[in-house]
Amino acid sequence: MTVGILVVSHSAKIAEGACELGAQMAPDVRLEAAGGTDDGRIGTSLEKVMAGVDAANTGDGAVILCDLGSAVMVAESALEFLGDPSDVALADAPLIEGLVAAAVAAQGGAGVAAVKAAAESALALQVQARIDGTVLLNGAGVRSASGPEPSRSVGGVIVEDFEVLNQLGLHARPAAVLAGYLGGLDVAVDINGADGQSVMMLMTLAAAQGSVLHVKASGPDARRAMDFIAEQCRSGFGEL
Amino acid sequence: MAATLGLDWALDWLHRAGAVLAEQRMALIELDRVIGDADHGENMERGFTAALAKLEAAPPATPGAALKSVAMTLMSTVGGAAGPLYGTAFLRAATALGDAEELDDAALLAMLTAARDGIVARGKADPGDKTMIDAWTPAVDAAGAAVGQGPAAVLRAAADAAALGAEATEPLVARKGRASYLGERSAGHRDPGAQSTSFILRAAADAAGNA
Repeated sequence: MTVGILVVSHSAKIAEGACELGAQMAPDVRLEAAGGTDDGRIGTSLEKVMAGVDAANTGDGAVILCDLGSAVMVAESALEFLGDPSDVALADAPLIEGLVAAAVAAQGGAGVAAVKAAAESALALQVQARIDGTVLLNGAGVRSASGPEPSRSVGGVIVEDFEVLNQLGLHARPAAVLAGYLGGLDVAVDINGADGQSVMMLMTLAAAQGSVLHVKASGPDARRAMDFIAEQCRSGFGEL
Repeated sequence: MAATLGLDWALDWLHRAGAVLAEQRMALIELDRVIGDADHGENMERGFTAALAKLEAAPPATPGAALKSVAMTLMSTVGGAAGPLYGTAFLRAATALGDAEELDDAALLAMLTAARDGIVARGKADPGDKTMIDAWTPAVDAAGAAVGQGPAAVLRAAADAAALGAEATEPLVARKGRASYLGERSAGHRDPGAQSTSFILRAAADAAGNA
């Protein structure tokens, strides 16, 4: 099993919708929604949150994501009522961006601390990516004139280029597929300057159809990683 | 005057708190309408109505158990920020009392202090931010100064100080909660959370005066 995730929102619809989105990227992760009050109004419910923590934690721990102020207070209160369990963590992250990053990290087999860290780095990574935008987008997000180059190995680092073939490009779902798989490997992957194990970083590449992914992989699982990326790109992430 | 207060006092307190919050529902709504989202009166009344029903359905054995039951219900029924804040206050108060059956001056001071500290920890507000802390903090200080004069005097000192504290939030500019969105425009209005705190602590003192 994986670390589970609980979404706490003032709105039942937001909580359920967020879980729906996360489930698309992390099919094996237990995602639980605790939105609205017990009688279906806007607000948060301690009982729903406590039940959600129980349901999300199937033995490997859980991470909680919240929307606004009092949702955070209710989540903190729930943990206090539960005796501050050591395998449940509250992430200080934007709900949707944090959830996507956390779900993908959990899908890749990360532990509670790493899933929490993935959620909390989501916003910082996006901001940094915008600052670094000129570097990151160089060669991605735009069509490459030269096209992919053949595979080569430079000082133990495998370097290969792949063209993005599917119409929608490297959007959220494929980014989650790549980061989810790569996150479970012992490898360092750089895709056009982005960390291949970070779904948020991959999404910031905005790599459109026809753009070239310049991939550098190193570490014990470098070959496996490259083969997986190659297969995903060939099949247009299953969208061709 | 009784030298200690027990379960009867705790239940009387909670019933009186529920009654005053129901009676003052419109007044709290009006305070909250000006600088918040106009739901505090309704939320508190609903929370206490549910809490009192739960006390009827599952009678507690000690004052601490009564406060813990109320804590749990408030957090699940109030909805707004007041739910986790008052919920945490009652939960920490319950923890401070443990399974004591009779409460003396020191126990009551410990209870009030734990409640205030819980709200500070949960809401991360400081004195002067125009929140319920501005009623709780002077209440705890006054209760501390009255220790030794008997439970009723301790609670009366707390209630008197909370009332003054609530009144003193009027000129303040809110720095926490919904009212802080209004900035300078929040000045000139009393904080609804400080006012409900004043009502709840007055109920505790009134119940002790009758014990």
